[in-house]
Amino acid sequence: SDRLIIKGGKIVNDDQSFHADIYIEDGIIKQIGENLVVPGGVKSIDAYGHLVIPGGIDVNTSLHMPYLGMTPADGFYHGTKAALAGGTTMIIDHVLPEPGTSLLVAYDQWRELADSKSCCDYSLHVDITRWHENLTEELEALIKDKGVNSFLVFMAYKDKYQCTDSQMYEIFGIIRDLGAIAQVHAENGDIIEEEQKRLLESGITGPEGHVLSRPEEVETEAVYRAITIAKQANCPLYVTKVMSKGAADTIAQAKRKGMVVYGEAISASLGTDGSHYWSKNWAKAAAFITSPPLSQDTTTPDYLNSLLSCGDLQVTGSAHCTFSTAQKAVGKDNFTLIPEGTNGIEERMSIIWDRSVTTGKMDENEFVAVTSTNAAKIFNLYPRKGRVALGSDADLVIWNPKETKIISAKTHHLAIEYNIFEGMECLGAPVVVMSQGKIVLEDGKLRVTEGSGRFIPRKTFPDFVYKRIKARNRMADIRGVPRGLYDGPVHDVTMATKAVASTPSCRGSSCPGKAQMAPLRNLHQSGFTLSGNQMDDHIPRRTTQRIVAPPGGRSNITSLS
Amino acid sequence: MNDQRRNWNKEDCLPVYLTRPRTMFASVEGAYENNTIDYDAYRVGKKRSDRLLIKGGKIINDDRSFYADIYLEDGLIKQIGENLIVPGGVKTIEANGRMVIPGGIDVNTYLQKPYHGTTTVDDFYQGTMAALAGGTTMIIDHVVPEPGGSLLAAFEKWHEAADKKSCCDYSLHVDITQWHEGVKEELEILVQDKGVTSFQVYMAYKDVFQMTDSQLYEAFTFLKGLGAVVQVHAENGDLIAQEQNKILSMGITGPEGHALSRPEELESEAVFRAIMIGNRINCPVYITKVMSKSAADIIAQARKKGAIAFGEPLTASLGTDGTHYWSKNWSKAAAFVTSPPLSPDPTTPDHLNMLLACGDLQVTGSAHCAYSTAQKAIGKDNFTLIPEGTNGIEERMSIVWDKAVTAGKMDENQFVAVTSTNAAKIFNMYPRKGRIAVGSDADIVIWDPDKIKTISAKMQNSALEYNIFEGMECRGVPLVVICQGKIVFEDGKLHVLQGMGRFIPRKPFPEYVYQRIKTRNKKMEILGVSRGMYDGPVYDVPATPKYITPSPSPAKNQPPPIRNLHQSNFSLSGAASRQLEGCNNTNKHYKHTTIIGTQVDDNIPRRSGHRIVNPPGGRSNITSLG
Repeated sequence: SDRLIIKGGKIVNDDQSFHADIYIEDGIIKQIGENLVVPGGVKSIDAYGHLVIPGGIDVNTSLHMPYLGMTPADGFYHGTKAALAGGTTMIIDHVLPEPGTSLLVAYDQWRELADSKSCCDYSLHVDITRWHENLTEELEALIKDKGVNSFLVFMAYKDKYQCTDSQMYEIFGIIRDLGAIAQVHAENGDIIEEEQKRLLESGITGPEGHVLSRPEEVETEAVYRAITIAKQANCPLYVTKVMSKGAADTIAQAKRKGMVVYGEAISASLGTDGSHYWSKNWAKAAAFITSPPLSQDTTTPDYLNSLLSCGDLQVTGSAHCTFSTAQKAVGKDNFTLIPEGTNGIEERMSIIWDRSVTTGKMDENEFVAVTSTNAAKIFNLYPRKGRVALGSDADLVIWNPKETKIISAKTHHLAIEYNIFEGMECLGAPVVVMSQGKIVLEDGKLRVTEGSGRFIPRKTFPDFVYKRIKARNRMADIRGVPRGLYDGPVHDVTMATKAVASTPSCRGSSCPGKAQMAPLRNLHQSGFTLSGNQMDDHIPRRTTQRIVAPPGGRSNITSLS
Repeated sequence: MNDQRRNWNKEDCLPVYLTRPRTMFASVEGAYENNTIDYDAYRVGKKRSDRLLIKGGKIINDDRSFYADIYLEDGLIKQIGENLIVPGGVKTIEANGRMVIPGGIDVNTYLQKPYHGTTTVDDFYQGTMAALAGGTTMIIDHVVPEPGGSLLAAFEKWHEAADKKSCCDYSLHVDITQWHEGVKEELEILVQDKGVTSFQVYMAYKDVFQMTDSQLYEAFTFLKGLGAVVQVHAENGDLIAQEQNKILSMGITGPEGHALSRPEELESEAVFRAIMIGNRINCPVYITKVMSKSAADIIAQARKKGAIAFGEPLTASLGTDGTHYWSKNWSKAAAFVTSPPLSPDPTTPDHLNMLLACGDLQVTGSAHCAYSTAQKAIGKDNFTLIPEGTNGIEERMSIVWDKAVTAGKMDENQFVAVTSTNAAKIFNMYPRKGRIAVGSDADIVIWDPDKIKTISAKMQNSALEYNIFEGMECRGVPLVVICQGKIVFEDGKLHVLQGMGRFIPRKPFPEYVYQRIKTRNKKMEILGVSRGMYDGPVYDVPATPKYITPSPSPAKNQPPPIRNLHQSNFSLSGAASRQLEGCNNTNKHYKHTTIIGTQVDDNIPRRSGHRIVNPPGGRSNITSLG
């Protein structure tokens, strides 16, 4: 067993900070307090003058995203190693199944890979790349048996991953019933495709085409639509990769109107901007390619940091998905082929500290909230992760707020040869990082064990998200109006064949397999009647609705008042 | 006469408005100084000349009000001013200081909309009669072709029916009920030869009229090229279909299901999307039927960000709300069924009137589409089958006056703007319509701002047996309505002539809408970055992937499958001159890229907003990106 005592540090949780020592045994926090009684011969770590924070949780990584037969240069090993070096002790990676294939198979593949390679604890999101018949069963299996409680749907990547609005509504309904989190990649794929066509036709093939074909508005629109759909389905919504002011504002406004919606900013959108797409250096410009793209507006990082500070955005990820320059060069003649993704797994914590805490936007507690605690709450890992407390996992970081680090491809722990934050000076860095009670970073040296990371299964119905949804489910009962039968004249309609085409209000068949509504029946032929009594007659009417007419069916309605 | 009208596009038969040089629309000030006008120049054919003098009225245009007399002849305004010299024996109307306003233009009517083999009970005759009685002297009706049917054929059908029946001038919008390649040709003909320059597309009615975002993008692009006004019925049809299924399965079949299945959010979402698509293409977007606060707010916000978007609230949304869907009286509840539905929020009419007053919304229509109660009862057991539409053609002017002007939100000039002038400008009929000026059509209303009218189905000119505004008291009614220089409404009596209305053709590229678009087109040209060729290593991708290529961004049009540069022994240094050589000895898709290296715009200063960090030229070694 590994025994450790951290002495003299200032413990920072999302709600308060206090000075205390921490005793760790078997990868778990066993004691917190002063003058702890601990067994002899325990290794002691001196944290005087430093902060002791819960290890970061990176909610969005794609360490194994397949693209044209390639996989990212940083796999689970390099990726998690870099994560630990930056103070992140847990990642949640995206499983991206091949469209049309089984989600379960893809999940198993990812599990196997990560189990053998990951150096820190991990969990998995599963991306729903195509709607199909057995989806409900697969989702149920993943949720109940596999410990996955978050799923991503795509509004972009037309003809590949993209979902229609109807499909999203269906999926959100399933997800809500099962108590999982619906994540959405929000960009309007239809419009992007048209724009790509137009740009390629006009001869623009470089990386600037990427950002030109995916303007901010296209992201904002999709966020707005996703929120609308989620609201209809009464499903909590989580927007991954908030890259622009417009998208962030839309989320903030929706929260103000009572939506249960969360927004995730990423290292790249918090630390840099999209002006680099216009770099004359192709490789540099291509390095920034990710979707949604970085905003060209140079004030965006500042703005997103502000929203993160005030709680309008809640979590931070990295969307780390790194393809080497040679891999990016696959799209050197066509920007639509450039594999998407930037680095950020290692830099995330430092960038947020530097941009938000040192600038005075955010305090240290809020920092812990957005880098770790909120993620743990939303994805139902709390308080095992995301908090320094008795019984929590010993994923701890000793943070030196005064240390300056210069980000550079020469010193980072990634396999790629560039770094989009190259040259950025960040105040605030981890001095010691502990994962599962073991010291993995100390004195600038990284000691990781490949495959030591455990899969952390997650349960459904996280309270942080679902308490409100459940209450609303009870409230949201819609009631019809009990009214007498209409007994006036009815226009005779030939409901024959050709009329079908011109029905102005059609009930579209939603998704394949969805129960079809019964075709119209002619009541006159059926001899079916209903008296005024209906089963909900005794239920009081919605109070807010003014009812002007007397009850009962009046057939003669020349006057409507 | 009929033939002459139908052949309007022949130069010699052009209506007088189109043949006159622009100078005929002398400013009103000019008209004071120069009262002698060359009457003959305005004479059309052998038309019986109607001469009228309106004395002592207060003329209201959208920009200002002033006292003057108006002399009308041959359906045109010939003189404006004081002490006019007019021929003897002219009929004189004493306005006694009342307001004289340009006749209203109702931009949205459905007087012949088919539904399951039936059509609206108010046809072009009944509908335009009601319009005139309410002070509206021109309508723009929607042609609704069968999905997949010919737009031209439908247009001709509507044109013919309206020519025979309409009592006031009219023009036509054509609804694009299905988007396919063949439509483009028809649209071109409609715009160039038929005088139709506005088209409605649908984001709702899944599997019937609805278009996907890609189709909208294409349609917008194409219509913008024609200089047309793109109208959008904005509701998210996918979600409506889902909600309808859900609500029917819950056993709710009454009209309240209509409102429940089409919540406000679905309207505002679609408005947001439509405007976004318009912005992408730099195409103006006109949202028909703005029914909710949130939809109106989105238009207002978009305008503040520079979008060229217009919003049209309706008589119904300005005058009443959606609480009536919960009425216990089925027929009453069904009478309010229209799409998007009226908002159940009773503060909506006030909010919309406010936005109309401040210019965030620009025009008003009625979306008059009158189905009798018996017709509505087709959907008595299923709300999705209730034919949609409310009345409003007759009440529009009075309701706007009562709710906005009497309430102090709007002044009389803005009233003229939102009921007439703005519509004329957007749909390119200005200043023939929408203004009281020398040379304009004599479509004039003498308005009594103080008289009170109680709206009732018993009094109305519509053929309907109900009225959704039943019992509403409106301050402000028309006293005299003059259409084409003839008095059609006086002392509460209508004198109309069936078939008297003319089709008013419209030209594309209305200045009011397209001026900014044209400027932006020039400003918004996209420039690529001229950079040296990337000559570093390229990852070897198997040319034929085993599975369907999972490229995140599907490479649409061919720019070819990746080639392996290492095999082609083609190399490029950073120097531009070398690139040209390279161009010669390589195949065509390289030419493509190389041309970019020496772009025509190399000497044009770069977009100033973008910081360029790196030196020009291709650097292959990019370990450091700083």
